[in-house]
Amino acid sequence: MKKYMIRRFLQLIPILIGITLLSFALMHSASADAIDVMESNTGGVMSEEAKQKAREELGLDKPLLQQYAIWMGNVLTGDMGTSYVSGKPVFSTFVSKLPATIYLTITSILLTVLISIPLGILSAVRQNRFTDYLIRFLSFIGNSLPNFFVSLLLIYFFALKLGWFPVMGNAQGWKSIILPTLTLSIAMAAKYTRQVRATVLEELNKDYVLGARARGVKENRILYFSVLKASMLTIVTLLALSIGSLLGGTAIVESIFMWDGVGKMAVDAITMRDYPVIQAYVIWMAVIYVMVNLVTDIIYHYLDPRIRLGQEGA
Amino acid sequence: MSDTNNITIRKQKVVKDYTKPKLIVLSVLVFLLLAAAAFAPKIVPYDPYLQDLGNALQPPDSVHIFGTDRYGRDMLSRVIMGSQTTIYSALLLVIIITVTGTAVGIFCGYHGGRADSVIMRISDVFLAFPGMVFAIAVAGVTGGGILNAVIALACISWPKFARIARSQVMTIKSSPFIAAAKLAGTGTVKMLFKHILPNIAGPIIVTAVLDIGTMIMEIAGLSFLGLGAMPPIAEWGSMMSNGRSMLQTSPWVILAPGCAIFITVMLFNLLGDTVRDVLDPRQSKNK
Repeated sequence: MKKYMIRRFLQLIPILIGITLLSFALMHSASADAIDVMESNTGGVMSEEAKQKAREELGLDKPLLQQYAIWMGNVLTGDMGTSYVSGKPVFSTFVSKLPATIYLTITSILLTVLISIPLGILSAVRQNRFTDYLIRFLSFIGNSLPNFFVSLLLIYFFALKLGWFPVMGNAQGWKSIILPTLTLSIAMAAKYTRQVRATVLEELNKDYVLGARARGVKENRILYFSVLKASMLTIVTLLALSIGSLLGGTAIVESIFMWDGVGKMAVDAITMRDYPVIQAYVIWMAVIYVMVNLVTDIIYHYLDPRIRLGQEGA
Repeated sequence: MSDTNNITIRKQKVVKDYTKPKLIVLSVLVFLLLAAAAFAPKIVPYDPYLQDLGNALQPPDSVHIFGTDRYGRDMLSRVIMGSQTTIYSALLLVIIITVTGTAVGIFCGYHGGRADSVIMRISDVFLAFPGMVFAIAVAGVTGGGILNAVIALACISWPKFARIARSQVMTIKSSPFIAAAKLAGTGTVKMLFKHILPNIAGPIIVTAVLDIGTMIMEIAGLSFLGLGAMPPIAEWGSMMSNGRSMLQTSPWVILAPGCAIFITVMLFNLLGDTVRDVLDPRQSKNK
């Protein structure tokens, strides 16, 4: 187990270097003239000399790899530069907006679990009957609806027509999180119900289920004590793996509902061409994603006795 | 006493397989959709770019069955015109990533060695960016435009195909028929196109067709954020983005393009599922 963890952490290093290098190169190609952007954003006129001085301050006159090294050193100490627009440090802005996104992610995942685990199990148990067809039909619909369309429909019916929930913002406590959560959960639950169904079905088709049935064990007992217990590991792992993509998928929903998280921050930054902010968003979302996946993988390996014992024995 | 009267016929419980007719019907529908999109300028009832401010934001009626937008442009014509942008850029994107990804994957799987591990590490890096995060960044840096959106999405989507192609090649590489072909002195090109590609095509085609719907949603999503098609070009995502502020008074301006995306994506997803049933019955045995 220890060996496995160490190996996984070592594998992470080239990926992290790749992520930062790629983001650096991307932003560098765009912000080669960061100074011009700064000038136009401040609305002021800068003299050529002042520009040159600013370039030297930012190290834009040095060779590329050296710039990367300097920049990387700053990133590691939590300094990702300042926003061209607000002039505030990017990293602290990112950190201050992150809780809102995490909050939204957690509520969406909870709702997804509440919807899709029961439906997925039900659908598997009633395979090829009406309930199964209905659930599969609904999950198919959910899979084909883009989340921006879902959010606009929800806003139209529940916020504008019925007035139950606010249209946007995170000002009104629990009421304001309902619609964004619903939007994210619909798409995720549609996909996840299918996965739960497939996992449970696979388990139901195994020989031990047949054996238990032959011995006269009650169908419910087989389902709750054996099948679900055996499929839970896969179900939870699949869920954890979707956390990362959910974190990355909040941008559109956040900007529609004016939810003040990192996704909206990034979309706003793009319209303002605020490259340091975009850069911080890309790098940190990737790092969080990679980390979540790594932890999931390790826990999965730890919880699965076949793998854990097999490795410790070896 | 005749024997024929004693024969009882048991009702057969064999479920009829509707896969083939389903495939035909769906293919025809998709073909019609593509044709409609291709000939969009010929079949639109009105000029989709003609502004008529006196006629702005008209609700659906017999003249404009989907209503008009805030510049008085006919929504139906714009939805039809938009199908061209959205569907064909998604198709282009899927073709690019399928071809690139497969080529890279075959090379890695067949060649192996250091090149393989380097390329796979590179693809790991692209796979490390969640969802649309990287696409948003690329589109943001390169500026708007439908072509940039396609490039941005292509950057993050090719590794998936490379992975599939590579693992497929790895599994068939050690098969006897490949060894036999090698012994017979088959050249590399013939080997790739005659022996390897046909044997790994199934899962790749299935993934590609299933990806069309996803890509339509992502391109429309980027356009919705203002990172894809630029106005005045008719594109479903940007049409919805423009209609956002008029949601309360004239919901039809988002309903028409929204339903267009929904129906198109659903059609391609259905086609993808059916293609999977035909090409890869193992994967869908639990259906």
